[in-house]
Amino acid sequence: MTALLQIIELEKQYKNVNAVNGINFSVEKGACFGILGPNGAGKTTTIEVIEDVIPPTSGKILYKGEPRTLSFREEVGIQFQNTALFSFLTVRETLNTFKSLYHNTYDLDELIHMCSLNGFIDQMNDRISGGQKQRFMLALALINKPELIFLDEPSTGLDPQSRRNLWDVIRGIKKIGKTIILTTHYMEEAQILCDDIAIMDHGKIIAQGSPDALIKNYSREVTVILPKKSIEGHQIKNLPLAISESQDQIKIKTDDINGCLETLIASHINLKDMSVRSPNLENVFLTLTGRQLRE
Amino acid sequence: MFKARNYEFFRDRAAFGWNFLFPFLIIAGFAIIFGGKEYSDYKVGVFPLAQKKTDKTTLQLPDSFKNNKFIEFIGFQTEEDGINRLKHHKIDFLLKNNSSDNAYWVNETSPKGYFLEQLFNGSIALKDHPVNGLKGEVHGREIRYIDWFFPGLLGMNMMFSALWGVGYVVVRYRKNGVLKRLKATPLTAVEYLTSQMLSRIFLLMFTLAVVWLGCDLFFSFEVVGSLVDIFIVFFIGSLSLTALGLILASRGTSEEFTSGILNFITWPMMFLSEVWFSIEGAPQWVQTISKALPLTHMLSAARKIMNDGASLLDVHTELEVMAVMALVFLIIGASLFSWNS
Repeated sequence: MTALLQIIELEKQYKNVNAVNGINFSVEKGACFGILGPNGAGKTTTIEVIEDVIPPTSGKILYKGEPRTLSFREEVGIQFQNTALFSFLTVRETLNTFKSLYHNTYDLDELIHMCSLNGFIDQMNDRISGGQKQRFMLALALINKPELIFLDEPSTGLDPQSRRNLWDVIRGIKKIGKTIILTTHYMEEAQILCDDIAIMDHGKIIAQGSPDALIKNYSREVTVILPKKSIEGHQIKNLPLAISESQDQIKIKTDDINGCLETLIASHINLKDMSVRSPNLENVFLTLTGRQLRE
Repeated sequence: MFKARNYEFFRDRAAFGWNFLFPFLIIAGFAIIFGGKEYSDYKVGVFPLAQKKTDKTTLQLPDSFKNNKFIEFIGFQTEEDGINRLKHHKIDFLLKNNSSDNAYWVNETSPKGYFLEQLFNGSIALKDHPVNGLKGEVHGREIRYIDWFFPGLLGMNMMFSALWGVGYVVVRYRKNGVLKRLKATPLTAVEYLTSQMLSRIFLLMFTLAVVWLGCDLFFSFEVVGSLVDIFIVFFIGSLSLTALGLILASRGTSEEFTSGILNFITWPMMFLSEVWFSIEGAPQWVQTISKALPLTHMLSAARKIMNDGASLLDVHTELEVMAVMALVFLIIGASLFSWNS
């Protein structure tokens, strides 16, 4: 079956910068595809070229197996990273204005319910909070019942609670069969929401796969963390473990958690204050690039 | 999009105030400054007088000079006061009251001073042997300065509203990402630009109607020609001004740069299009530049209809020029337009 979206050797060059440097990926219908990377990786440029907001320097973008036509804009929904809206209009009036630009749209009440806009639907655009604004932007992205939805850093700037609320809405959109392309620099967001992830850095895709596959291939190790006081009086340097020390903690990386714990117990080390961190995409990025995802 | 833009205009208190209050304030200002009297073109200082405001009949000056209805006499307590004002062109001529040798002072660089000097000397010569020339009558309705000025005020208001309301706003929307958001919809550039133009023209005509009615209540403007014709002239004029605004909106991404360009265009246009005063007698190149401005033709046509009773046929040249300008500006603006920064 042809993927809904295919990106072939996509490039976008600015004067001195290769913002997107020959990337390839495809997105299946109904999937949530994530583009994960640090600030400046080229995620937003990639997504804006695909959205037809800016032209590519070279490469192909195929939607339903064909180059994009005028109907592409009727069938996609977009939530930009940063958007201002009309001054002096309410949320409801803005939704109605955008509704008038498409042929096939959701009923306004349905959209309000889907994106939880009830509490502020008649507020002026510039009087709503950050979390409300993101839900509003999402509603604008959904207004035309799109088949394909682009979400560019949808939860940037939100507090943890608002972020989780937004994830619930996105999960709801996934459930009704929409295809989503999501860019983010939050590892947790990509891991929770995405079926397939491309990790980008310096304009290139450096790894691609499901979250589990990426972790399995690039960072299988678990990290065991102990406070320094729990190893006082013990000769841990002789233990067959990959140990690193910081000011008040020691970290042990291992892909055999059972063996590691047995070794520590056998050494009579107090494990009361132990914590275990599972491998995550942050570790994957660190393994691939030698840098943190968020610097 | 048309509806959305109209909502924005009426809810933006600052812009709303500027569009409606400003012309009222200007007209009110003129009324206060001139105190309901006609505009006095010549100011003559007289000393020594106790009060600034002076009753002409009490002045000891040649009658024919004193009774000239276009001369305003201003009192000064000392000669030094008067000469100081004269030096700075605050008055055009200075006289000593009740002077046996008819003493006067004039600023040699002042054209008005020169005329007053001739007038004064003439009035002295005629004092004892008055002789009048044969006076011809000027028929027709008397045109007050405010009758001449009013269309200029309306035109100026339209110009600012058209250029800033379209040009500056679209640049601001391009800079803050609103245009990018619209680009991601099926809305085409032509549809967007058309909605902006139509909205602005609707608002210009609405503002025109409100300001006209309001000012007419206070100043009783008489329209010799057809009021409908005047509104047609302003409609076509607003088309050309709005289309000019589209050119300014087509590419700009910097609000500061755009406001600079707008000021660069609007202020000279205001003066060269005869909003405030006639440029009769200005060098030919100045008059040529004036003819290249849409506001010039709009005001020329409006004044002909309002004050001279001209018909649309009589002002067809101005209408055709504005229509062609509108079309040319629209083509340029639409072809240059970019959604992106």
